[in-house]
Amino acid sequence: MSLFLRLLFRNKLAGFGAVVLGLIVVLALLTPILPLHPPNETNTANRFLRPLSDGHLLGTDHLGRDLLSRLMWGTRLSLAVGFAAALVAGLLGATIGVIAGYFGGRTDNVTMRGIDMLMAFPYILLALAIVAVLGPGLFNALVAVAVVNIPFFARNIRGVTVGIAHREFIDAARLAGMGNTRILLTEVVPNIVPVVVIAMSTTIGWMILETAGLSFLGLGSQPPQADLGSMLGEARAALITAPHTSIVPGVMILLIVMSVNLLGDGIRDALDPRLRSGALSRPMAATRVKRAEAPAPKGDGLLRIDALETQFHVGPRIYRAVNRVSLQLDPGECLGLIGESGSGKSVTALSVMGLVASPPGVITGGAIRLNGQDLIGAPYELLRSLRGRKVAYIFQDPLSTLHPLYRIGDQLIEAIRVHEPVSHAEAHRRAIKLLEDVRIPNAAQRARAYPHEMSGGMRQRVGIAMALANDPEIIIADEPTTALDVTVQAQILALLDDLRRSRGLAILFITHDFGVVAQLCDRVAVMYGGRIVEAGPTPKVLAAPAHPYTKRLIACVPELGAGRRALAAIPGLPPAVDDLPPGCAFAPRCEKARDSCRAGEIALDGDARQVRCLFPEVTP
Amino acid sequence: MGGYILKRLISAIPVLLGITVIVFLIMAMIPGDPATAILGSYATPENVERLNRQLGLDEPLWKQYFIWLGNLLQGDFGRSFALNRPVLDEILDRFSATLILAGTAFVLCAVLGVAAGVISAARQYGLADKAITFVVILGISVPSFFLGMMMILLFAVQLRWLPASGMYSIWGGGGLVDLIRHLTMPALALAVVATGVVARLSRGAMLEVLRQDFIRTARAKGVHERRVIRGHALRAAMVSIIPVLGIQAGFVLSGAVYIEMVFQWPGVGRMLVDAILKRDILLVQGGVVFVAACYVGFNIVVDVAQAWLDPRIKT
Repeated sequence: MSLFLRLLFRNKLAGFGAVVLGLIVVLALLTPILPLHPPNETNTANRFLRPLSDGHLLGTDHLGRDLLSRLMWGTRLSLAVGFAAALVAGLLGATIGVIAGYFGGRTDNVTMRGIDMLMAFPYILLALAIVAVLGPGLFNALVAVAVVNIPFFARNIRGVTVGIAHREFIDAARLAGMGNTRILLTEVVPNIVPVVVIAMSTTIGWMILETAGLSFLGLGSQPPQADLGSMLGEARAALITAPHTSIVPGVMILLIVMSVNLLGDGIRDALDPRLRSGALSRPMAATRVKRAEAPAPKGDGLLRIDALETQFHVGPRIYRAVNRVSLQLDPGECLGLIGESGSGKSVTALSVMGLVASPPGVITGGAIRLNGQDLIGAPYELLRSLRGRKVAYIFQDPLSTLHPLYRIGDQLIEAIRVHEPVSHAEAHRRAIKLLEDVRIPNAAQRARAYPHEMSGGMRQRVGIAMALANDPEIIIADEPTTALDVTVQAQILALLDDLRRSRGLAILFITHDFGVVAQLCDRVAVMYGGRIVEAGPTPKVLAAPAHPYTKRLIACVPELGAGRRALAAIPGLPPAVDDLPPGCAFAPRCEKARDSCRAGEIALDGDARQVRCLFPEVTP
Repeated sequence: MGGYILKRLISAIPVLLGITVIVFLIMAMIPGDPATAILGSYATPENVERLNRQLGLDEPLWKQYFIWLGNLLQGDFGRSFALNRPVLDEILDRFSATLILAGTAFVLCAVLGVAAGVISAARQYGLADKAITFVVILGISVPSFFLGMMMILLFAVQLRWLPASGMYSIWGGGGLVDLIRHLTMPALALAVVATGVVARLSRGAMLEVLRQDFIRTARAKGVHERRVIRGHALRAAMVSIIPVLGIQAGFVLSGAVYIEMVFQWPGVGRMLVDAILKRDILLVQGGVVFVAACYVGFNIVVDVAQAWLDPRIKT
């Protein structure tokens, strides 16, 4: 609760709303004991007095009644009616929603069809029809506004209830022999109360507006009693001669509704976990860079990553996803980057072209040199012109990485035309050729398909075709076969290997599977906890892993025909990179770890064959 | 596509029937005797009874409903006793005015709202975003009728730029320019609230989409950020914005009632309020059914647009 209040008031606008609304509510409650004129005391001699007149702070209306007093009494009435309508609509709507959602089946069907029917009306028609039946009057306007809003609550709450009704604790309660009524009251209702409160806090302002509207039309409160809406309605006749009589109640409605809305938004945001984690912020066009200075260039290579540091800054926490990683990729070479989920391998790959989502991602150090040119902090336009043209990506799940609403042919054509000013027809011809290159049958016809109309393997072929569109020098493949089944996986790997040899591509291949590395990669680097722990030529690393982690990782690959053996999972979990222990990150899961492993920084030793371990399995 | 449209049209039939039932039942609950309302309280019992028979009010309720429905289907909405003319004629006259007003406001809210939402999302937490967010909060909190009155004070009374009320000038009016001058203020006042809502939801939808994997793919291809936002992201966000536009159309239609009162616009909303205050039941009944039916029709258009935009729906 205190966390909730802190979050609420961290949002300054919500705090402002809370204060203004609080003030208005207190004044409205105190109205009967404030020294005000009676609200209905007419004095036609003093009609339309301007604000700040003697004895009438806000002036008087067309009957000489004190505006301040009428405003306060009107506010009181409008607030009461608005809150009451929200309460009634919320309670009735929630009840209907809970019953429909909990019992499901026919009850649900019939109720929700009825609700749909009500929602087929523009709301005011329904409200007008109800007022037509009940006759004009404030109470009837309240009923109309409440009824009109019931469908909204019923629908929302039904959705939430359906989710809850199928959860384990409901089944458990049923097995324990609890009746429906008791389950509803003790298990379901407590879980939906927050949802109802949020829905009410976001609609209450709306209901105050609607009641004011009906009163404005003359269908709500009847003279001499006035709420804010009918004050405005009466003042309309004198809008031009005495505008203050309109402005006073109008501004009050605006203030009330605005403070309610601000507060409602604040409440909703404070309760939304996504906002707290920053998951609702927009990723920028390129990863943010906050680097002191670039390390001096050393060595050559097509792509050289030197001491790269990429971090995620979430609130006060810093996650060191990539911690001083250095890699080199030569022309035509395939380098495997392997590690468990969360080891930082994908973040390393995405850092190359500044594609790490930011916020929260920040590149804080190191250098990434493509043909000797440093890309970190490079102007956006340079980065953009390299993306897809020099360095292309293939991503993991082609269903979510291809645009769902564009035909795949058009996505390929776009990939070609962003870098080359060729005609649409020419781009189309090339796109078909690319689809044929990745061995998609009926390429011309398939180009007109949408991603959801293709199989996983075909989609990944499209992903590869798109990466090849501009004949890049480097392809970064981020787990391209993980989402595919085994036979398709083998086909895709064979295809990549072919393309690489026929086109002289360099590939940085990200995976968690040593089996794949063995098939495809010349060299391999093993990542753990954001760092490289071992690197070397694939056959050597496979034959004689030096780091205990690499050894365990290789042992995880089941061998076909090797007979039954226990699959060796690595006990424990990968480390949380916001709180890394000093020394070796693998020490907590390592059988051979000693005190010295936990003492301090361990260097990555070696040249062609590197290992970061004090007690390596073999001497490289 | 044709099949989908047909399916949607057929599914609207029960909704339309439901609407007539609801409206009929609500109107049947009105206390008092319509014949007495028409003839006045000094009418003789014989006259009242004769009129009741003429109006078919001595029949059982379900029979009355089917007679009324049968007449509706033949385009006979009955006769308004207060105006002494066929209900349908009056509705059609008035509805064209409402359609001009609400249609303009709807186009405004859709265009301005989506544009504001996209800008807001593209510059999240920037100055433009903060300014738009502020205006949006103001926009969704101001009663449209109050806003309309303030606009009259400023633009018609103080600055004398625009006429304060009506649809055409009484003398020498009637042209398109005249209509636009009269339409500007009410359409803007009506569009403000809906624009706010659309802007807010578009911003949310864009932010949601901008985090998706296919946006990263577009960037990885080297697509310019401008095109990523206006093409890839907006196209995907439209899938969740379009239904919101459908809902907003209902709110614009509803808001038109207030705006028509404020600006003396000769539309269907003002007609309904007058009819309620005069207890002109057939006019209320016919007007509500007619507008609701148009709204249902509009929602079909929205659904079809949605299906056209999202190839995943048709299957």
